[in-house]
Parts: sequence; C-alpha cells; structure tokens
Amino acid sequence: MLQVDNLQRPGGPLNFGPVTFQIERGECLALTGRSGAGKSLLLRAVADLDPNEGTVALGGEARAAMPATTWRRRVAYFPAEPGWWLEHVGEHMADRVAACEILARLGFADPDDVMSWPISRLSSGERQRIALARGLAGGREILLLDEPTSALDADSCALVEALLQQCLDDGVAILLVSHDPDQIARMARRRLHLEGGRLVAAP
Amino acid sequence: MTDYIELSYLDLAFAALLVLFNAGLSLALGLGLERRMLLAALRMTVQLLLVGLVLEALFQTVSLWLTALVALVMVLFAGREILARQERRLAGWWGYGIGATNMLLAGMVVTLLALGGPLRPEPPDLSPWFDPRYAIPLFGMILGNAMTGISLGLDSLTTMVGRERAGIEAQLLLGANRWRAMRTVARQALRTGFTPMLNSMAAAGVVFLPGMMTGQILAGVAPEQAVKYQILLLFLIAGATGLGVLGAVMASVWRLTDDRHRLRLDRLK
Repeated sequence: MLQVDNLQRPGGPLNFGPVTFQIERGECLALTGRSGAGKSLLLRAVADLDPNEGTVALGGEARAAMPATTWRRRVAYFPAEPGWWLEHVGEHMADRVAACEILARLGFADPDDVMSWPISRLSSGERQRIALARGLAGGREILLLDEPTSALDADSCALVEALLQQCLDDGVAILLVSHDPDQIARMARRRLHLEGGRLVAAP
Repeated sequence: MTDYIELSYLDLAFAALLVLFNAGLSLALGLGLERRMLLAALRMTVQLLLVGLVLEALFQTVSLWLTALVALVMVLFAGREILARQERRLAGWWGYGIGATNMLLAGMVVTLLALGGPLRPEPPDLSPWFDPRYAIPLFGMILGNAMTGISLGLDSLTTMVGRERAGIEAQLLLGANRWRAMRTVARQALRTGFTPMLNSMAAAGVVFLPGMMTGQILAGVAPEQAVKYQILLLFLIAGATGLGVLGAVMASVWRLTDDRHRLRLDRLK
C-alpha cells in the first residue's frame, strides 16, 4: 500500500538513507533504533515535511503527483511532541464530533468538556491522546506514529493500542516507532531497524 | 526677508551644552553613557550638516535621473538597516532583497501618488514633479517610517516561526496549506509592524506635536497649514508602511515555506 524507494535527505549533517520499504494494507510495521538513529527524520521525510529525495507512493499513486496537503491528509504523521497553535483544545479540532468520539474511546470521561480545556494545562499524556484524536478524525490511510504512548500509563496505553488495532482492522497501515519491545510484539509482525540512518537487520 | 529666526552655529553650540550637561551627569552618576552620548551627538551633527550640503547642491540641479539615483541610494542604506535590526534573517540575498524591494515599491508608489496629487509643485512648467526639493525630503520621511515598520515586522516573523515551529507543522500535518499554517505568526508580525504607525497617528497632537509640524511652525508657517501638511504626511506614511510591511511579511512567509507546503527554517540564519 505504501511504497518507499530510496528515500533520503539531500546532503547536510542530519543525513539518513537511502531507505526502501513497503507497508501493506492493515499492516503495522515497527521502526526501531537508538535515539538519534534517524527514526523521526524518516517519518518526517515520508510525510514530506522536510526536503527529501526518492520516491514514495500510496496505492500506486506517486506522492510527487499529489498536492502535499492531500498527501498529508492521507498519510498522517504524529510527532512525539504534538504541536498546538491556539489556546484551547476545541479550536484545534476540524471535526469536533469525530474527535469527541475518539476521545471517549481513549478514556476521557467527558470529551465535550475537554474541548474547553486550555492547552497550557494539559499533561503530556493528555496532549498525546488529544493529538491522536485530532489527527485520526478525518479518514487517514497511513499512520506514522512516533512513540504514541511514551507518556501514557498502562491503562491509557492499552486504550490507544486498542484504537490502533481497530484502525488496522479497518485497513489502515501503521508505521510505529516504539522503544517498548512488548508493544512491538503486540502490535507488529515485521520490524525495521535503523542504525546511523541505514536500515539494518533487526538484532 | 525671512519670517523665521535664522539659526547661527553659535545657537547650536549653545543647545549642545545640554548634551554636555547630560554627559556630565552620566559621568557623575557612573552610568557609563557619556562616551556613547557624545559620539551619537557628534555623529548626528556631522551627518546632518553633510546632508544639508548635499541637499543644497542637489536642489540646484533638477534632474529626474539624479533624483532617482539619490532615492535609490537611500533605499540601499535603509535595506542594510532593516537587515541589521533582525536577529534571525533569511539567508542569502533574500534577507536584504525582500526588505529593500518592498520598501522601494511602497515608498515609490506613495511618493509618486503624493507628487502627482496633493504635493504637485506649482507651477508645473517651472518645477517638475521630480524636483528634488519636494521629492527627496518626502521620500526620505516615508522611507524612514516604512523601514521601521518593515524591520519590526520581519524581526517578529523570523523570531516567531522558530518559536512556533511545532504549531505551524502541526497544521501542515493536518493538511493545511502554507498560508493557512503561517496565518497566526504572519498576523502577529503584521500587527507588530503596524504598531508604531498606528501609535503615532493615535497620539499625534495629543501626546506630542509631530516633529515636521513643529519645524514648520517654527519656520513661520501658519499652524493651520502646518497641521494640514502633517495630516497629509501621516496618511502617506500610513499608506507606505502598510504596503511595505504587508509585502515584506508575505514575501518572507512565501520564502520561509516551499511549494510542497513545508516550513523551511533552514532558509534562516
């Protein structure tokens, strides 16, 4: 479904690649590697957020032939530290109803109330889950997840995993960066390992 | 005969005693400002005396090309000033080019409008629209204010994009285009750039008497006329600053992003 060929950053000290891999429909592919190995840079490059070289295609459609805005709606990247640009949660939601539905499944007792919460008072775990609800409300085809449960307790983590499993069952493909071997074992059948910006055999 | 009090160099020297007095205070209080104060005062005196000589000479020759050349030199200097007032700036020629080009365009359009309309020299056959006696001071005044606005606006923009990077990229990731994603920072930058112009309009006459108007009144112009001149000039300044700031901020937003709707902080230095 997602085909990545010879993806790399052009020049510069923060280099990685060339990297080639593909993800099938409904598949969760884990991406591991030490901090600084280039995992986030790889996700950013797939999302076309940094200048990059190589070809990326979704279901046979080349990324280059698609406006970047369309691409990012179909291939959603969730950074480890989600960004905000307004004061309250609700102002960040394009589709509040869908977002509230997801928030309810992620353990928020009163999602409507969450919409009025100021961003500055959210815990990092709340931010992570709210950003997930924000990005998932809108029919994504690929999820690029950068440590989506790093700030969550075990219960919340299970809720997020259940939600992601549901996405997989619906045919969404996931590229999951995680430092948790158990989570990788639960979610993914295949694994890519990055070392110094190159894909190597998983240890 | 003249109906204004002609100043002699002795008069100036007398007024300069005030600066000396301030410098003395600084010395006595150990503020350490005396050197800078004296240097600044000296610099101002020399620069203005030289400009006076240049203007005297310039006004003798009424030539379109000479006027245009002087205006261009002024823009080139102002462009450098804009660059110097930004902590982070666009790499390469863009940092200089965007500020200077927008200042030139905005200043030129507004000056030409003024010289073609309300400030058309009379009679036209004796003194053409590009007569440096009108064109150069007018352009200088408009340019100086546009320069302040543009440098504030651009400084705010380049500082904010770095700070708001996560928020801008979050919007891009949700499928926003570059203009949409940059809207919050662009609006803030525009606001910062417009503020001095808005403030000076709001406070003019109540809190302070604008310098140009005061100068005219001292030089013997009737207050009613001087006030009209000042109002006209403030409108011209507002027009030029608005155009210049808008153009410079939007061009910088364009340059800080690319056609794949990415934020390109690598284009800052």
